[in-house]
Amino acid sequence: MTINQISIFLENKFGKLNEILSILSKENIRIIAATVADTSDYGILRIITSDQQKAYNLLKEKQVSANLSEVIAIEIDPSIGKFAETIELFTQAGIEIEYMYCFSVNHKAMLVLRTKNLETAFEVIRKNNMIIFNS
Amino acid sequence: MKYWEKEIETMKRSDLEKLQLERLKKTVEIATHSPFYGKVFKENNISTDSIKSLEDLQRIPFTTKEDLRNNYPFGLAAISLEKAVRLHSSSGTTGNPTVILHSQKDLDEWANQVARCMYMVGLRDTDVFQNTSGYGMFTGGLGFQYGAERLGALTVPAAAGNSARQIKFIMDFGTTALHAIPSYATRLAEIFIEMGLNPRKDTKLTTLCIGAEPHSEEQRKRIEELLGVKAYNCFGMSEMNGPGVAFECTEQNGLHIWEDYVIVEIVDPETLLPVEDGEVGELVLTTINREAMPLFRYRTRDLTCFLPEDCPCGRTHRKIARLKGRSDDMIIVKGVNIFPIQIEKILMNFSELGMNYLITIDTIGNNDEILVEVELGDLCVDDYLELQALTKKVTHQLKDEILLTPVVKLVGKGSLPQSEGKAVRVKDLRKNH
Repeated sequence: MTINQISIFLENKFGKLNEILSILSKENIRIIAATVADTSDYGILRIITSDQQKAYNLLKEKQVSANLSEVIAIEIDPSIGKFAETIELFTQAGIEIEYMYCFSVNHKAMLVLRTKNLETAFEVIRKNNMIIFNS
Repeated sequence: MKYWEKEIETMKRSDLEKLQLERLKKTVEIATHSPFYGKVFKENNISTDSIKSLEDLQRIPFTTKEDLRNNYPFGLAAISLEKAVRLHSSSGTTGNPTVILHSQKDLDEWANQVARCMYMVGLRDTDVFQNTSGYGMFTGGLGFQYGAERLGALTVPAAAGNSARQIKFIMDFGTTALHAIPSYATRLAEIFIEMGLNPRKDTKLTTLCIGAEPHSEEQRKRIEELLGVKAYNCFGMSEMNGPGVAFECTEQNGLHIWEDYVIVEIVDPETLLPVEDGEVGELVLTTINREAMPLFRYRTRDLTCFLPEDCPCGRTHRKIARLKGRSDDMIIVKGVNIFPIQIEKILMNFSELGMNYLITIDTIGNNDEILVEVELGDLCVDDYLELQALTKKVTHQLKDEILLTPVVKLVGKGSLPQSEGKAVRVKDLRKNH
């Protein structure tokens, strides 16, 4: 039900992002979604790729500080108000969202969110017939 | 009167050596009663009678900090505990602390030694002396306190910290002399200026005793310039009582080491053979004026050299150069002794952290800061808050261990020098060294 996301510790140093991404591109791994926030000393690069296990193993091999974590990815209708509506459903169910980001694949909008409250989240998803994305 | 004890301070070398031999023999006799030296002397066939000249000191093996730790706490005590009146101890950074016991006579002699140093730099009973050392186990507190009282100066045990209060005391009590670690002296000068005061004009300060932290000639000049004082380098260590072992005279060119208190050797730290005069080596000291816990040929780990020429001040006790570093990996920051292993020990307790770390000491503004960069292991969190919490936790634990707050920075795996071979673990970028 959930999908794996790779989180990578990224030092705030020139060239670091490029270094990580080139490890993956050399092995023909496609990046579907990526996000990183700007902080002063370091960031966490979160990615979803075409082959999570292979990507993760490659990063381990290259001694990169990384881990796999479970996130929920749901497909949402890109029309006005749908995003807000979806979040509202989760909020009403009392689900705290640690972080979220969006991407689009095959002209569909995808919403990735991380919560500690997976069970309730899936209840909301079922009840409202949301479509789950599996990479 | 230029000297506190003219006869001793200006004693002919041959007479001084006679006095040393006499005291060495007596110290050997006293130390026979200590479990540790009792055994050492027996194994090496050493007795008072077998010490016939100062050269015979060479027959006694070196004593190291390890010996003090392994015989913690009283294995080197040469008198019964009821005759001991005070105990000083190191912080016990890398194992058992080192303990030094003192009899009343030892404390009297120590006070005299410090008073002699202070008199040498021109301090008199008319001075107001403020001590900004930590008190308690740190010997810079009580050591200077008793020395300054012996001198007859009005002594203010202000102790460490609270700069605004230090400055208030300096202003209100008309403080003329200050004992401070060099980095704190420059910090105080800054605070004076922040408070809209000019320490050169607005205070009665004339003299600073600076020590317990390595510093350069440039830093001394700066302190003198900022505060409008003469600043004198002092050297001591708790194993040798504390402050007062060696002190600069008004020539400000090397530190007289009191040879009626200690026999001084400087040896090559590898071969342990004496170095030539003027050549840098490890300072090795034998106490010859202490009864509770004498130490023979104690390896201080401090690197220095003899300055062979006669001193214009007329004192005959030899001079050593300002300290040039350590023969072990101890680093001194803000007067606090730190071994890298202490930092390593804490870091290795965190499963979140990897094996590699780098300690950088640098001067930021007028402050010496410790930066600890440590590699993460596998990332076991996916959360900024948890990474921040980890940084905080590491910082707190390090502070508890080394007594200073470092800046902790998490870095990615593989971004620091690898641990194989001799990895560089400490970088000292301080400008004042």
